[in-house]
Amino acid sequence: MKLELRNITKRFGTLVANDNISLTLEPGEIHSLLGENGAGKSTLMNVLYGLLQPDAGEILIDDKPVKFSGPGDAMASGIGMVHQHFMLIPVFTVAENVVLGNEPTSKLGRLDLGAARKLVKEISDRFGFDIDPDALIRDLPVGSQQRVEIIKALARDAKALVLDEPTAVLTPQETDELMEIMRGLAKSGTSIIFITHKLREVQQVADRITVIRQGKVVASPSPKASASELASLMVGRDVDLEAKHKPAKIGKASLVIKDLTVLDDRNHQMVNGVSFEVHDGEVLAIAGVQGNGQTELAEAILGIRKVHSGSILVSGNDVTKSTVRQVLESGLGYIPEDRKKDGLVSEFTIAENLMLDGSFTPPFAKGIQIDFAKRNEIAKDLIQRFDIRTQSAETLAKQLSGGNQQKVVVARELGRELKVLVASQPTRGVDVGSVEFIHEQMIAARDSGKAVLIISTELDEVLALADRIAVMYRGKIVGIVDAKTSREKLGKMMAGIAA
Amino acid sequence: MSKKVKALPAADSQANSVLREIMAGDPVRIGLSILLGFIIGGIFMIVFSEDVVDSWSNFGADPNYAFSAVWWSIQDGYGALFYGSIYNFNADDFISGIRPLTETLRFAAPLIMAGLGVALTFRVGLFNIGATGQIMVGLAGATFVSTRLELPQILHMLVAVLAAVLAAAVWGIIVGILKARFGAHEVIVTIMMNYVATALFTFFLREPAFLLEANGGGTPKSDKPADTARLGALLGESFNLHYGLIIAALSVVAYWWLMERSTFGFRFRMVGHNPTAAKAAGIKVENTFIWALAISAGFSGLAAANQGLSISGGLTTSIEAGIGFDAITVALLGGSRAGGVVLAGLLFGAFKAGASSMQVAGVSPEVLGVVKALIVLFIAAPPIIRAIYRLPKPGPKMIEAMQKAEKVSK
Repeated sequence: MKLELRNITKRFGTLVANDNISLTLEPGEIHSLLGENGAGKSTLMNVLYGLLQPDAGEILIDDKPVKFSGPGDAMASGIGMVHQHFMLIPVFTVAENVVLGNEPTSKLGRLDLGAARKLVKEISDRFGFDIDPDALIRDLPVGSQQRVEIIKALARDAKALVLDEPTAVLTPQETDELMEIMRGLAKSGTSIIFITHKLREVQQVADRITVIRQGKVVASPSPKASASELASLMVGRDVDLEAKHKPAKIGKASLVIKDLTVLDDRNHQMVNGVSFEVHDGEVLAIAGVQGNGQTELAEAILGIRKVHSGSILVSGNDVTKSTVRQVLESGLGYIPEDRKKDGLVSEFTIAENLMLDGSFTPPFAKGIQIDFAKRNEIAKDLIQRFDIRTQSAETLAKQLSGGNQQKVVVARELGRELKVLVASQPTRGVDVGSVEFIHEQMIAARDSGKAVLIISTELDEVLALADRIAVMYRGKIVGIVDAKTSREKLGKMMAGIAA
Repeated sequence: MSKKVKALPAADSQANSVLREIMAGDPVRIGLSILLGFIIGGIFMIVFSEDVVDSWSNFGADPNYAFSAVWWSIQDGYGALFYGSIYNFNADDFISGIRPLTETLRFAAPLIMAGLGVALTFRVGLFNIGATGQIMVGLAGATFVSTRLELPQILHMLVAVLAAVLAAAVWGIIVGILKARFGAHEVIVTIMMNYVATALFTFFLREPAFLLEANGGGTPKSDKPADTARLGALLGESFNLHYGLIIAALSVVAYWWLMERSTFGFRFRMVGHNPTAAKAAGIKVENTFIWALAISAGFSGLAAANQGLSISGGLTTSIEAGIGFDAITVALLGGSRAGGVVLAGLLFGAFKAGASSMQVAGVSPEVLGVVKALIVLFIAAPPIIRAIYRLPKPGPKMIEAMQKAEKVSK
């Protein structure tokens, strides 16, 4: 099936999210759609999937114009979408999930699970997915769940697949396997639109690349283009992908974690006897696939999650049982993995967000009153120092781009006296330009003698920042290794194979 | 302790985001809701006006009269509301002309005070409907001091006001503790506490040991408040307006300072907008709930003092006069802001003051009840107002658009 988007324009109010975008997907082609957050990729895909109606332009399938008024129409025309967040029911089997909404029935409308199983088996065998139709979704690893999503689309005769950031949740090995699967699908004639911001993957698998910036197609570089060429096209200026390191000047251990065990809300042991030290002047990065206990570890350090056993010391003081406020006041800065949930109040102004954890003490508080003059002065200074792009300190946080929001969080935490910085996913959902800036700030914090703990699921980020790397798997530290360790070895560790 | 902490991340569920939109109170939407309420109220007046019905059943006889009857029915109704609540142009002199406005202020004062209380909890993200109960308990406190204690002028009044505030605050703290320590939902708890408080107040009024009037019969009624404790007339004896208005004005300033200037208010608002971020910023969300409910109830206590210390006779439970319930509407209508609550309180005060003159003009004052209810209905269902006036929907799309606009502009 040949799929063509022709001159698609989509406006939201005065903003043009898609400006005259044209895109052709040939049969059996892997077409990579590259762009920063907010470049207009999702809008374009929502238009393609019938979730949004374009203001101008048309969609053609095999050169015939089609109109989609909803995802049902798109699916019927052979377009399948694999979302970033899986749409699966954990307590159902693979077969049940695959046929959900499109159930094969025998006489009298009885559900024909046998047919469903056969369908899954057939597709799984054809593409080497290695999926058991009777397995429960919740028992499958994330990579397999993703394959179930792909089977779901194929079971509905999808000829064109849209994969939206499919590798975000995968280990490097799983990512490689997915790449294999994509190639296999393409060989059998299925076309794939591959949305991502990871340059390496684009280079690995794409037959064709389209770069979108600010709603426009800016380039269609050759798949052989270098990573820095692609990055520059995405951002619109030259980008330095490697943060510059001076050699670490290692001091005393300011963050000491000993035999830490933490439970999640359902009392599952998420962090299981973890020990490590972060020294002044170094960056220790915790690598690992999402959901291996990193979130709980970070929350336990800050004190918003109870420690089950073990201890946490911040510059010599035991803060295992301290309140969040005591931990913060002991000199720990915290950048949460989900800034919208834990790091910002979107309805607050930038100035208010910059004093979020400072309302108890000077300079922000004068007795029980807010010191507005000081507050505004500090806000002005931080906005400038941390390059927060805004017209005023009174702009609401929700009006800022992801990168600028993150800079507000980083500015707040680094803006006060710190000994230890704990940063979880410090550049998630942040544009490439801001990634560069935030990485520089982390390195600057390290160079000024702070102990920096970075928790990241992006191996690129870990490798760019770390002096030492601890790999976490199923709540345990698999090993702590040197920053020069190879990707392959780290990948294996992320899958739980000890170094 | 840990159980309700887990409930917090759910704060972004859809129901809560609608609730938050309702409580945030966008001024444009509120203005349009009021307008629509008045328009539909007007339709009620037209449809139930005898003149209109008569003239339209004989439409052929005099079409002009039929149309003017429609106009007159509205003019009579809302005109009477104006005469009864702002200025009476038919009065003999200025003093009696301006009297309706002072009545509006008198009715508005307790609505504003209780409205501020409810507004405060809205901004902490709590849907508090306990003002009624807090007023009942506050009335018990104020009445006990004003009828059973003997103190010098002014001091007596101040002690009575303080008693009302403290009694109400205790009532609020109970809700706060139940929520913070045991995870009880404040809506259910406050409703139930309203019943308990009303029954408790009635019990006090029946008990000679507490509040029952000295030479009382069987009806639950208190003595009249001692003169030393009464809120005196503000503009002389020709008006009913009393010092309650001054207390209300001070409350407004206090509320504004607390919410917009103080670090407490900053933390209240933070918890209201994003409790998980507040937690990560070192704020004890549960304790914040307790404080907010206590202070909120304190404002309701002021409304109780206003009621209990201003009447010339003995008290019965009817002195509450629906203020606790109207306070919710006032807070919603005022967008939980100090200024907004004042305006909303004045509007509802005007409704109360104007009701009697509407009745005199032959228009059923129940129409005002309909208008009030409709305003709340429209505010509580933002999609209706958006659909009627074709307003854009605030949501991810719009935020996304704004973010991009921001990016483009830099």
